[in-house]
Amino acid sequence: MGTRTRIDAAEIVEKVSHLCKDANFNLNDDVLNALRDSCEAEVSPVAKEVFAELLENAKVARECQMPLCQDTGFAVVFVDLGENVEIAGGRLYDAINDGVRKGYNEGYLRKSIVSGPLSRVNTGNNTPAIIHTELVPGNQVKITFMAKGGGCENMSRIAMLTPADGREGVINFVVETVSIAKANPCPPIIVGVGTGGTFDYAALLAKKALLRPLGTKHCDPDTADLEKEMLEKMNNLGIGAQGLGGWITALAVHVECYPCHIASLPVAVNIECHSHRVKTVVLGNFP
Amino acid sequence: MSNIIHLKTPLLDNEIANLRIGDKVVISGIIYTARDAAHKRLAALIDQGNDLPFDVRDQIIYYVGPSPAQPDRPIGSCGPTTSYRMDVYTPKLLARGLKATIGKGNRSERVIEAMKQYRAVYFVATGGAAALLAKAVKKADVVAYKDLGAEAVMRIEVENFPVVVANDIYGNDLYREGLAKYKKA
Repeated sequence: MGTRTRIDAAEIVEKVSHLCKDANFNLNDDVLNALRDSCEAEVSPVAKEVFAELLENAKVARECQMPLCQDTGFAVVFVDLGENVEIAGGRLYDAINDGVRKGYNEGYLRKSIVSGPLSRVNTGNNTPAIIHTELVPGNQVKITFMAKGGGCENMSRIAMLTPADGREGVINFVVETVSIAKANPCPPIIVGVGTGGTFDYAALLAKKALLRPLGTKHCDPDTADLEKEMLEKMNNLGIGAQGLGGWITALAVHVECYPCHIASLPVAVNIECHSHRVKTVVLGNFP
Repeated sequence: MSNIIHLKTPLLDNEIANLRIGDKVVISGIIYTARDAAHKRLAALIDQGNDLPFDVRDQIIYYVGPSPAQPDRPIGSCGPTTSYRMDVYTPKLLARGLKATIGKGNRSERVIEAMKQYRAVYFVATGGAAALLAKAVKKADVVAYKDLGAEAVMRIEVENFPVVVANDIYGNDLYREGLAKYKKA
């Protein structure tokens, strides 16, 4: 154990609040670049126009500081918590939820969370957030906020394949998921795939896979090949931007793998729309 | 594709009959917003044989739950939500005289059939172009179900609101056609 670092809960509230607004107003450069490249590469005139509209929309959202999409999402927060960090003046999860509440109110962001799946009463402040925490070595806290839209989340799927299904089975399930989704998740989409682990862990990996910047390959060459093959197959489907037909259905496929049971081959597909809103902040001592 | 058709609400039968899939349309006038929770209530009223809180005859319903309006604006960001979730309710509203819906994504076969039967169309707006689409909205007032917050029914005044015809009254489907055209073997 090294020296302890104290981080104020109040600082976390402020930073999370800022991330909520920043993510919803300012599209990241990796997404903008992918949209620009697609606008060039697309052959369908209708789809080409959609790309141009999305770029124009990003410009308006940034200039007016208004949400890129009216669905400002479920607040999904990933925390890498340094083992030597101590949160002072409050609890980490309370601070994150307070930050979401503040950010969604101040930013005129839509409150899209209902208190129960069947009772369906709006909580009025977009909380609770979904928080995934991982303990990591060090004296910092890294907080990544993702505004996850409901329309694309609804098109996500999971399968417990058998080991016999293998690589081909995984590819087929992922491409089939995109094929079933068609226009519904607001293509061009970004596809996060988690394979291996358990039922729950595959789904978490699929969501985490979405966090990797667009335009980057997986560091493992076999996984990178898998991503390339899946992307080609889903773009061959012809769904295109907004599902009106075209050559670019997905901007990227990101796959994350994990060890699994001798009996299992879980594969989870988390679909993300083109309004890919992710922002990160790092707090604490910098070495 | 390059000609833009200007439509004003309420919609006229002959204007609707002239629309074909792929047509680019800009809409001006009054349209009503409704999404999941509001549709559930509207359908319940229809099932009980009651009047609706607004007259849908010759009107357009836009599937949207806008973000809250900033102080100096009539509405927040307001792009379309995914339409298939409303499919179960749509034929009932078409039977009451609704002439068009605006959303994003494919409609069910049942809705496409109902559009043929009741001579109604389905428009799509670009999903996720919500800040851009907000520019076409000049005024917005809640007319029903205020308790639903973002899902309340609003009467919105639009000027040149851009959409594309995805289903016409002849059973054609732009999604099916687009997919067939660009699918690679």
